[in-house]
Amino acid sequence: MKKEPKDTRVVVGMSGGVDSSVAALLLKQQGYDVVGIFMKNWDDTDEFGVCTATEDFEDVVRVCNQLDIPYYSVNFEKQYWDKVFTYFLDEYKAGRTPNPDVMCNKEIKFKAFLDHALSLGADYLATGHYARVRERNGQFEMLRGVDNNKDQTYFLNQLSQDVLSKVMFPLGEMDKKEVREIAKENNLATATKKDSTGICFIGERNFKEFLSEYLPAQPGKMKTLTGEVKGDHDGLMYYTIGQRHGLGIGGSGEPWFVIGKNLEDNVLYVGQGYHNDHLYSDALEATDINWILPGELNEPFTCTAKFRYRQQDSKVTVYPMENGDIRVEFAEPQRAITPGQAVVFYEGDVCLGGATIDRVIKNEKYIQHLA
Amino acid sequence: MEPIYLDHAATTPVHPEVVKEMIPVLEHTFGNPSSVHHFGRQARKILDESRQVIAESIGANEKEIVYTSGGTEADNMALIGVARKRQNEGKHIITTSIEHHATLRTAEYLEKEGFEVTYLPVDETGRISVEDVKNHLREDTILVSIMYVNNEVGTIQPVQEIGELLKEHSAYFHTDAVQAFGTLPIDVNELGVDLLSVSAHKIYGPKGIGFLYVREGIMLQALQHGGEQERKRRAGTENTAAVKGFQKAVELIGQERKARNHKYSAFKKHFLQTLEEQEVNFSINGDEQNSVSSIVNISFPGTNVESLLTNFDLSGIAASSGSACTAGSVEPSHVLSEMYSSRDERTTNSIRFSFGNANDEEQMGRSAKKVAKIVHRLT
Repeated sequence: MKKEPKDTRVVVGMSGGVDSSVAALLLKQQGYDVVGIFMKNWDDTDEFGVCTATEDFEDVVRVCNQLDIPYYSVNFEKQYWDKVFTYFLDEYKAGRTPNPDVMCNKEIKFKAFLDHALSLGADYLATGHYARVRERNGQFEMLRGVDNNKDQTYFLNQLSQDVLSKVMFPLGEMDKKEVREIAKENNLATATKKDSTGICFIGERNFKEFLSEYLPAQPGKMKTLTGEVKGDHDGLMYYTIGQRHGLGIGGSGEPWFVIGKNLEDNVLYVGQGYHNDHLYSDALEATDINWILPGELNEPFTCTAKFRYRQQDSKVTVYPMENGDIRVEFAEPQRAITPGQAVVFYEGDVCLGGATIDRVIKNEKYIQHLA
Repeated sequence: MEPIYLDHAATTPVHPEVVKEMIPVLEHTFGNPSSVHHFGRQARKILDESRQVIAESIGANEKEIVYTSGGTEADNMALIGVARKRQNEGKHIITTSIEHHATLRTAEYLEKEGFEVTYLPVDETGRISVEDVKNHLREDTILVSIMYVNNEVGTIQPVQEIGELLKEHSAYFHTDAVQAFGTLPIDVNELGVDLLSVSAHKIYGPKGIGFLYVREGIMLQALQHGGEQERKRRAGTENTAAVKGFQKAVELIGQERKARNHKYSAFKKHFLQTLEEQEVNFSINGDEQNSVSSIVNISFPGTNVESLLTNFDLSGIAASSGSACTAGSVEPSHVLSEMYSSRDERTTNSIRFSFGNANDEEQMGRSAKKVAKIVHRLT
């Protein structure tokens, strides 16, 4: 028996942004027993003892008071450090480009935080993500948010059946524009607040500076794949595959791009042209696979995939491998496939799941400079 | 269902009789007490009468009472006011590691200003030792500041013994009596204190008013400038209505202190007994013998503060723990960290319940049963 909304407690993860504010508002309007909770995952207390999370929490307080719902805060600094930040640093150390948002969703928001919500007697955890959950025949599917431009299923690819059965995404059916309008109509304190950008714990700060506080930078040479030295790099971790900016290579001809890394020799490979052939590959191997619907993958199948957030889908065929990993073959060669990032699979609007890109393949060979 | 308030150490509801005293002042006595006309004199009369009552309640004379905005300001005034005035005599201050932040943060501030502060440790019950005070006293010690009753665990400090010890020393003795006033009898001469902080809103008075007792002859450097009020010790127009309410709250203590203590002790006993009957696994932090009747700090092994407090509030029980950071999350208690060590799990699984006039016997059983249910669910 499904409970009435008024008897259904929904904990809303509130960040102090407009999306989660509207998520809470909509649930409140639908008559749920709504509780707002702010997560503090990062200690950035400055010399005056003020944490920048303060401003965001203040906004949560203002919105919750407007909605007349109780609000609380919960501290997951330790869990975040252990599960997300450690992974983040390890991946950079390994020369890869991690995706902390995927990990944060998997380990913090939809694990530690979900557990916390359940310990408060919540029936559901809601967030302001642009995604949809659909129950069919007792199984839970995750669908893209209706606003194609804001769809966040890429970051949610690691969610399990168990998690999806307890999750609500009230913004899944809406456009960002509509969300802003609703916030304005209701005079929410966060209606005109700027969307946050970048990785949450780094915020608006300089990425290079931030990373250098935690990992020793080892400057080295920038070379072409044929060994020609083109300059110096500040440390391999500061660059990602396909990147153009910050190389400082002048001269004539097409612009220069990062096309790979050699961790052993501390060399950053560069090449000319956006469509540099060395940036293209035709398959990848991925690990840490999560299929949202239960069941084993035994047969190859065809679907679409994204290799980065906000990318158009591309047609792929997925092959199970003996070691449990998968091999993903592209219908068309793909540019700048980056180890450490997620590959996420779709069938129409349904997100099938995802995995972490491990190795990149071209002409049946691993591209050494990419892995 | 009406929530149950078990957080009287944070603040108390204003007593109806206090409200009754304040309203006519708000309605009619609007004059500025410093004005040299009829309206001013009417207001001034209220201040003087209240000062008399408040002074008598601690065995002081009215010249020794400086109204402040509350306990925090009184503590700031005592520490900074003395330190700045006496900085040529010495730069050493002694306090404890379990003071309220009003004292601790002020002491840290003074360290940055060039003063040297000794923070005395406490034992597992939250008590400092008089011997420790003695051993740390130096010739250049200008101030000793030791709270009378700890706000988190309720432990009573040996203030009178320290006062005795300091009779032989030139250091001034300040005590933060914010949690003690109203529960323990206070006579500044018996205690041997030179400065004493009190806040009205902890004793069923209004917020925004408190006082610092300053023994006659002690000079303080003022923190606020711009007026001659409070004998030049605290500039700013006095809050006449709040002062009047404060007076009433103090008078009520005179009449009711023993009865209140008796009642709060019974509440505490009933609450703890119910927890035991419900077979909750808990232990009490601090010193059951040597603590005030209104506060009990309880550790629930296997739980954590944030989950407990949120669950309590959602079930209609208001309690607290340690202090919140500016982003709302609960910081581990510095008091429990000092008593046990910062790694001890009691610093992250303990809740302070504080009883008072907002409670009745029926609430004790009911709230303890709710607490039991939540703790059982979480463990």
